[in-house]
Amino acid sequence: MSILVIAEHDHAALKAATLNTVAAAAQLGAQLGTEIHVLVAGANCAAVAQAAAVLAGVARVKLADAPLYAEQTAENLAALIVANAGGYTHIIGPATTFGKNLLPRVAALLDVAQISEICGIESPDTFIRPIYAGNALATVKSADAVKVITVRTTAFDAVGQGGSAAVENIAAGPDLGLTQLVGRELTKSARPELGAAKVIVSGGRGLASGENFHKLLEPLADKLNAALGASRAAVDAGFVPNDYQVGQTGKIVAPQLYIAIGISGAIQHLAGMKDSKVIVAINKDPDAPIFQVADYGLVGDLFQLVPELTAAL
Amino acid sequence: MKVLVAVKRVVDYNVKVRVKADQSGIELANVKMAMNPFDEIAVEEAVRLKEAGIATEVIAVSCGVTACQEQLRTALALGADRAILVETDAAQAAELQSLAVAKLLKAVCDKEQPGLVVLGKQAIDDDANQTGQMLAALLGWPQATFASQVVIADGKATVTREIDGGLETLAIRLPAVVTTDLRLNEPRYATLPNIMKAKKKPMDVLKPAELGVDIAPRLTTLRVVEPAKRQAGVKVADVAELVAKLKNEAKVI
Ligand SMILES: Cc1cc2nc3c(=O)[nH]c(=O)nc-3n(C[C@H](O)[C@H](O)[C@H](O)COP(=O)(O)OP(=O)(O)OC[C@H]3O[C@@H](n4cnc5c(N)ncnc54)[C@H](O)[C@@H]3O)c2cc1C
Ligand SMILES: Nc1ncnc2c1ncn2[C@@H]1O[C@H](COP(=O)(O)O)[C@@H](O)[C@H]1O
Repeated sequence: MSILVIAEHDHAALKAATLNTVAAAAQLGAQLGTEIHVLVAGANCAAVAQAAAVLAGVARVKLADAPLYAEQTAENLAALIVANAGGYTHIIGPATTFGKNLLPRVAALLDVAQISEICGIESPDTFIRPIYAGNALATVKSADAVKVITVRTTAFDAVGQGGSAAVENIAAGPDLGLTQLVGRELTKSARPELGAAKVIVSGGRGLASGENFHKLLEPLADKLNAALGASRAAVDAGFVPNDYQVGQTGKIVAPQLYIAIGISGAIQHLAGMKDSKVIVAINKDPDAPIFQVADYGLVGDLFQLVPELTAAL
Repeated sequence: MKVLVAVKRVVDYNVKVRVKADQSGIELANVKMAMNPFDEIAVEEAVRLKEAGIATEVIAVSCGVTACQEQLRTALALGADRAILVETDAAQAAELQSLAVAKLLKAVCDKEQPGLVVLGKQAIDDDANQTGQMLAALLGWPQATFASQVVIADGKATVTREIDGGLETLAIRLPAVVTTDLRLNEPRYATLPNIMKAKKKPMDVLKPAELGVDIAPRLTTLRVVEPAKRQAGVKVADVAELVAKLKNEAKVI
């Protein structure tokens, strides 16, 4: 029996989240003494299979390279995974929008529970996961023969390279024809990816407009080589696109440095960033809840303080 | 086309939850309960489809204890036509997991034959983010999760989804399952006349056994604990002090 990791990729390269997922699989693999396999399903994605094959700890890569996986729809991918599930005790993916969309579908087809967004592994059938916006941690034990899991990527350090796995081609599954991609509008940015950034500059409603958001936060982020994040309020108000949202229902991040600017610190926001190593808050309200988690708090008007900070760096 | 909406009763999002001293779960005695916020968005979307003449009937479904009728009444006040409660006892409801809910909803779909099922993307208590995807799998239907726009025309739904990199638009065949994200719509408030009217709308109560569904949990919760508290730090006087601390003390810049 082995452990199967579902690779997230864009057909050219692995997404960083896959490396954290392999790390969680490696913990399980060490406990069970079993192999880790990586499933790469895509179109013209041989380069991704090669990248997976050199990851530390990976014993085998299964490659389903076919046009029907170009759009990465949950329906077709789930069918493929279920057809290849034999021989695996664990099927694991990242708790990204890709993994969250896909893994529950796989679990239901296998008639097993899915264990969402684990942040710790106690034993091969017992996992720790946050509930209630991270205000509680539940330890759950699975009674299912196959454990289908998504992994909170910030809780597991990315694996490095050093493997030399064999790449095995596997047959494509059926094209169910249930969905069709109409288009994607991806945010283009030269900045580091929010989920993998070492520094994040994050803005909230206090910025008051999209124009201010960019005018004030971009130069600061440039100085720090930071990713930009936002509160829900800033996204809802249209300051920035949806994929900037950090929080319980947005992205979970844990950078070395998180600078919260004009963000009050609602629990739903804290859920997404309170595991950051160092938190800085800039807010004019000295009683804002964000100061309860901030290592360094600066009380004052962000319109004055942010340019000052940018200049001082 | 009938539209089915799933409604979960959860602890109100404003409540600061507390872990029970015996680590068995969350303190729920005398805690304010509400409809899961994502389900309010789901109800709103379904009601708008009815107002647009696309949906013929909106049916709200909840699985859990008798008190879920409160959230179903709210859904009726917001514009749903009728409600179904799949009633469990309190012990079962405490461990009613996504797979079991998906199976119950599938059984209801088999009876009602909706053209569309709308669920929230995530329940804010268990933060599972699973039920819609599982229901779609069990029905063999397409799914469009994390929706920020839904357009129904010509027997298909065109759904814009919030994904990690931005937005994605899918065209999916109906019948289908859609789960809502925060920016799909802004839910209306129930007006007093509509709350009064909702009291007269039909509410069916079914038992899992009548639907032939085994709701036994697959996961056992061994313990629930509070996460390590983050210590509040210090307030700095000015930008110069902040930069100095980040450089010399935290060593992150
Ligand atoms: C189901 C659900 C899910 C949610 N998910 C998320 C999520 O994933 N992520 C998330 O972030 N939120 C989420 N929320 C929303 C959350 O509850 C808060 O509403 C939101 O985080 C508030 O954003 P904010 O801090 O930017 O705005 P506000 O709470 O309005 O705070 C603005 C802050 O800016 C400060 N400010 C204003 N002007 C200035 C100035 N000139 N200088 C300095 N400071 C200034 C104010 O003092 C205030 O503290 C969710 C809510 C629900 C119900
Ligand atoms: N007990 C329940 N009754 C009705 N709907 C539910 C229930 N549990 C989950 N759902 C639906 O499934 C969505 C996702 O829940 P979850 O998978 O638990 O995060 C919720 O927003 C609801 O729409």
